[in-house]
Amino acid sequence: MDFRNSETITGPRREDVLPTTATAAVKVVIVGGFGVGKTTMVGSVSEIRPLTTEETMTQAGVGVDDNLEGKTATTVAMDFGRISISDELILYLFGTPGQERFWFLWNGLFEGALGAVVLIDTRRLEVSFDVIGRLEERGVPFVVAVNTFPDAPRHPVEALRTALDLPPEVPIVDCDARGRASCRDVLLTLMRYLHSLSL
Amino acid sequence: MSPPQRERRPRETGDPERLYVLTGGPDGTERAPLDLVTMVVARTEPTPTVQPEQAAILRLCRAPLSVAEISAYLSLPFSVVTALLTDLLATELVESRAPIVRAALPDRSLLEAVMHGLQKL
Repeated sequence: MDFRNSETITGPRREDVLPTTATAAVKVVIVGGFGVGKTTMVGSVSEIRPLTTEETMTQAGVGVDDNLEGKTATTVAMDFGRISISDELILYLFGTPGQERFWFLWNGLFEGALGAVVLIDTRRLEVSFDVIGRLEERGVPFVVAVNTFPDAPRHPVEALRTALDLPPEVPIVDCDARGRASCRDVLLTLMRYLHSLSL
Repeated sequence: MSPPQRERRPRETGDPERLYVLTGGPDGTERAPLDLVTMVVARTEPTPTVQPEQAAILRLCRAPLSVAEISAYLSLPFSVVTALLTDLLATELVESRAPIVRAALPDRSLLEAVMHGLQKL
């Protein structure tokens, strides 16, 4: 294995080190089509510079056998950030450019999440259709955040709800993925929605 | 101009793209059930007997760190990190705490705590 000398590994910056009490974690996944601003959103609210993790996944070829022949390996990368909620509780946010169909095969990524934010760009609404269907199939609760690009067409919320074929209770809110307060408000909308589901 | 209309996906009968995360050691041993946000903390300083990668994990985890962060800082895939952690957990050189997942809901006090924390941002 090509591995750097462990003495040279760069860990968290001093200010990014968590207190020893930080032992409870929750996660939220930010999804949407390619280029809608997911990584931007993670960076806007994260207290750490966003990091990247990856996973190697294999695709079975025709005539599956037990060795790696006939299979192709795919590396799926994911950007993530972190928000310390309290001294004990940490919220992690995952989002990545592209390759969405692979995420759903990453075991536990969605199953273990509190919920998801579907970020949409009204100039290319259709790139978000697939991911919404996949969340529905897996029963992952989500809210929709419309990233308000300056030149994007503005549709009334109800027109978007109809176009996305979403039930009336699913929140649809505007946001600016570059803005910390705006992204925080989207996460608050998600938490309030999850709270309403738990009543 | 009205937006394009989403069609509901037909139920998939099979999964044409069968993908598998590489899990389990080559000897068929089980790996510890670790999530991306399982929190890990070292119980000891690196011992002379551990591999360099595991020594690096023990140094990184002097303070709690998620598996995802360990993967990022070591530039190693998630499944490689979980394999390394499985050994460290078995030998009790680290301890881990599983994340709070949606299956544990309804936990309204948890959601209220998250909301309270977000409002302070």
